[in-house]
Amino acid sequence: MTDALFTGLSALALYAGWRVFRVDSMVRASFWLMISFIAVGGIGLLLSAPYIGVATVFMMAVEMTVMVLFMVMFMMNPAGLNPMMMVHQHRFSIGVGVVAFAGMTAATLLTDLPSNPVAAGKAIVHDLGIELLGDSMLIFETAGVTLLATMVAAVILSARTGRFGDAVEGSVPPGLEPGGTPAGRVPEKSGGHHHGHGGHDHGSHGDGRSDHAHHHEGDGHDSGGHDHAGDKEKHA
Amino acid sequence: MTLASVLIVAAGLIGIGLYGALSQQSFVMLMMGLELIMNGALLAVLGFWSFALGGMPEGQLLAIVIMAVMAVEMAAGFALVVAVYRNRQADVIESLTTLKQ
Repeated sequence: MTDALFTGLSALALYAGWRVFRVDSMVRASFWLMISFIAVGGIGLLLSAPYIGVATVFMMAVEMTVMVLFMVMFMMNPAGLNPMMMVHQHRFSIGVGVVAFAGMTAATLLTDLPSNPVAAGKAIVHDLGIELLGDSMLIFETAGVTLLATMVAAVILSARTGRFGDAVEGSVPPGLEPGGTPAGRVPEKSGGHHHGHGGHDHGSHGDGRSDHAHHHEGDGHDSGGHDHAGDKEKHA
Repeated sequence: MTLASVLIVAAGLIGIGLYGALSQQSFVMLMMGLELIMNGALLAVLGFWSFALGGMPEGQLLAIVIMAVMAVEMAAGFALVVAVYRNRQADVIESLTTLKQ
C-alpha cells in the first residue's frame, strides 16, 4: 500500500515538475509546480514526517497562489492560447539536467546507504516541538528573523520611491561635467524585446513571432504614453 | 519505498529543476526551476531523516530551514524581478547585458 502510494506520488511529482516547463501559460506552470510540491508533501507524510509534510502543502498552496499573481504580471502569453517556448541553450540545459540526474542516481546506487529507520510509535511531532523550542531554538528564531529581513528587503527593492526621491536615486553615476549626462555605460532600453529571441531558440519556429507580437503590445500598455510623446518631441 | 528510491526521485526533481533554471529565458520561470531544485532537496532531506537518522528531530529542523530558504528565495527574487522590470523594462535574461563586459 505504502509502496503503491509512494510510486504514484513520485510519478506525480516528477510529471508535474516536467509539465512546469512545458505548458504554454505561466499560471498553469505555477499550478503544476504546486502539484509537484503537494506530491512531495504527501511523500513526506508517507515518510512519517507528518508536520513537515502538512507544512509543505500549506506553505506551497499559499506561495503558489501568490506566485500566480506574479505570473499574471510577467506573463508573455495571455491565457496560454499561443504556444510558448522561451528557452536558450536548450540542448546544454537538457544535457546538464540528465547528467545531474544520472550522477546523483549513480551516487545513490553505488553508496552503501545507512539504515536506521524511524521507530514505529515514536512521538515525532512532540520531539520536533521540543527540539524547536529547546536546543535548536536559536536556529528556529534565526529563520524567523531572516524571514522578517526578507520582507523588509522585498519592500525596499520593489518600492517605487526611496528616501531621497526616486528609488534609483543614488544608483545613477554623476555626470562628467555638472549637470551633464551620467557617466558610464547606458543600459539599452528594453533591449531584450528586439533581439535575443532568435538565435538561441531551439524550440518550434512559429513561437518567436507570437512572442514578439505580444511584447510590442505589452510595450504599448506599459510605457506607451511616455515613449510616444518623447518620439514626437524628437521628430518635431 | 527505500532510501535509494526516495533519493532517486529527489535526483529527478533536481535534474528537472536544473534544466528549467538553465534553459528558461523568463526570470519568473527561472525561479520556478530553482524552486523545483529546492523541492528535490527537501525530499532528499526527508528521506535521509526517515531512513537513516532514527527519528532524530534535528533532521526535521533542516527541512524547516529548507522551507525558510524557499520562502526567502521567492520573496527576494520577485522583489528583484520587479525592481529590474521597473528600471529596465526587462523581463527576460537576455535584456540584462550591462554586466557582460
